[in-house]
Amino acid sequence: MLEFQNVSYQYPSEDFDIIDHLSFAVEPGSFHCIIGISGCGKSTIFRMTNGLLKPKAGTILVEGQSIVGRKHYCGYMPQKDLLFPWRTVGENVALPLEIQGGLTRAERRDRAEAALADVGLAGCGGKMPDELSGGMRQRAAFARTMLTGCDLLLLDEPFSALDFLTRISMQEWLLDQWQRHKRTILFITHDVEEALFLSSSVLVVERTPIRELAEIPVPASFPRDRSCLKLPEMVELKEHLIDLLRKQVTP
Amino acid sequence: MKKACKANLPAMIFLFALLILWQAGAMGLDAAYILPSPTQILAKLWELRDVLFTVHLPATMLVTAIGLGISLVLGLALAVVMDESDLVRKMIYPIVVVSQTIPTTAIAPLFVLWFGYGIWSKVLVTVLITFFPITITVYDGLRSAKTEMAELLETYGATKKDIFLKIKVPCALPYFFSAVKMAVPMSIIGAAIGEWLGAKSGLGYFSRRMMTQLDGAGVFAPIVLLSAAAILAVAVVNLLEKRFVRWRGES
Repeated sequence: MLEFQNVSYQYPSEDFDIIDHLSFAVEPGSFHCIIGISGCGKSTIFRMTNGLLKPKAGTILVEGQSIVGRKHYCGYMPQKDLLFPWRTVGENVALPLEIQGGLTRAERRDRAEAALADVGLAGCGGKMPDELSGGMRQRAAFARTMLTGCDLLLLDEPFSALDFLTRISMQEWLLDQWQRHKRTILFITHDVEEALFLSSSVLVVERTPIRELAEIPVPASFPRDRSCLKLPEMVELKEHLIDLLRKQVTP
Repeated sequence: MKKACKANLPAMIFLFALLILWQAGAMGLDAAYILPSPTQILAKLWELRDVLFTVHLPATMLVTAIGLGISLVLGLALAVVMDESDLVRKMIYPIVVVSQTIPTTAIAPLFVLWFGYGIWSKVLVTVLITFFPITITVYDGLRSAKTEMAELLETYGATKKDIFLKIKVPCALPYFFSAVKMAVPMSIIGAAIGEWLGAKSGLGYFSRRMMTQLDGAGVFAPIVLLSAAAILAVAVVNLLEKRFVRWRGES
């Protein structure tokens, strides 16, 4: 689905490659979390995949084709919901359709309304974003990402700004969405528990610059609920990951 | 409406008190050619209503409208090109600022020499005074658009035009209305100054003519009319703003 082949990237302000000959691949329909400490470069991986940054070297393939010159191959959801405050929720959700063009206003509105209903926001299309709670805004942002129509979804810490209880219900909700829609999801987080609960395998950034992502399978099956986090092998893996990440943090 | 009246009540009462004080002072001084009383001014306004409303008010409003129109076109165009290109901004921005250090009243007689007593010398004064706040405020509005929002649209495959229309314009719209609200009274003042310095008609010209005849009330009457016109115009802009701006910068 997504494949990095010897990809490097260097920020103009830095004198080293933050991504250094990185190769990894993600199979269709999977749910991977990329986990790493703040500033380790995991978001850079996303920003190259969605085309906002150009790799210094190497090739990125989505569905077997290089992304160079391509559009509409991945849906990107940033940390902030970025709902435009001057548009209604429905108009916000319809933005990807509006940009891609080819649909009438009524068709766009119908699709947006359907997407909103799908994320549990039926009837919210006419509201303004500031009338929604944090969790509802993130769900609207997810509906907007779904309407890009892409099979590959890049979610960059979408729940990190939510309070704890909202966050865990959003995690359960997201798993449900993934199982129903069968898209490929890459999910960035620095929350180990979130990564374990969500993904089929975790991709760990063990050091910066990023030369490889260590793929660690999560020993739990789908569908799952939060009780799986109490399994001894999950607890052990969680401690192992926390150790791995803590070593990189210099207080 | 009732609410607005209530909110303005303290100001109204204070204004009324000032007018009474003025009336008392003027009656005490009893020299209408230096300090006419408010009632004398109103009486004069009534006495001269024909010539003021049919000749001089339309003349001033024509200058104001043309000047404001040119300022809007010029200001918006400058703001857009400065936002588009760094080089243009570096070229133009300092000149725009320097243009405001020109003492317009001092240089306006030159305009009369160049363009004659007709309408264009007055329009030039108006434009010189009003294009600056429009340019700078709208430019700030365009700048206030968040890059994150633009990046999100880019991942949807948006063109520069999409980003301009869907993010820049809505972001700049509240700023634009603030600019117009500033520019309207300034353009009326600009027109009056222009007429004061040399014209064949207009409220500024009329006020000056009354000055030469030592008619204090006659000097004030057109000024009252100018103020009323400015207040009315700003009220109209306020209504338009309420209609078009659903959202104002806070988020």
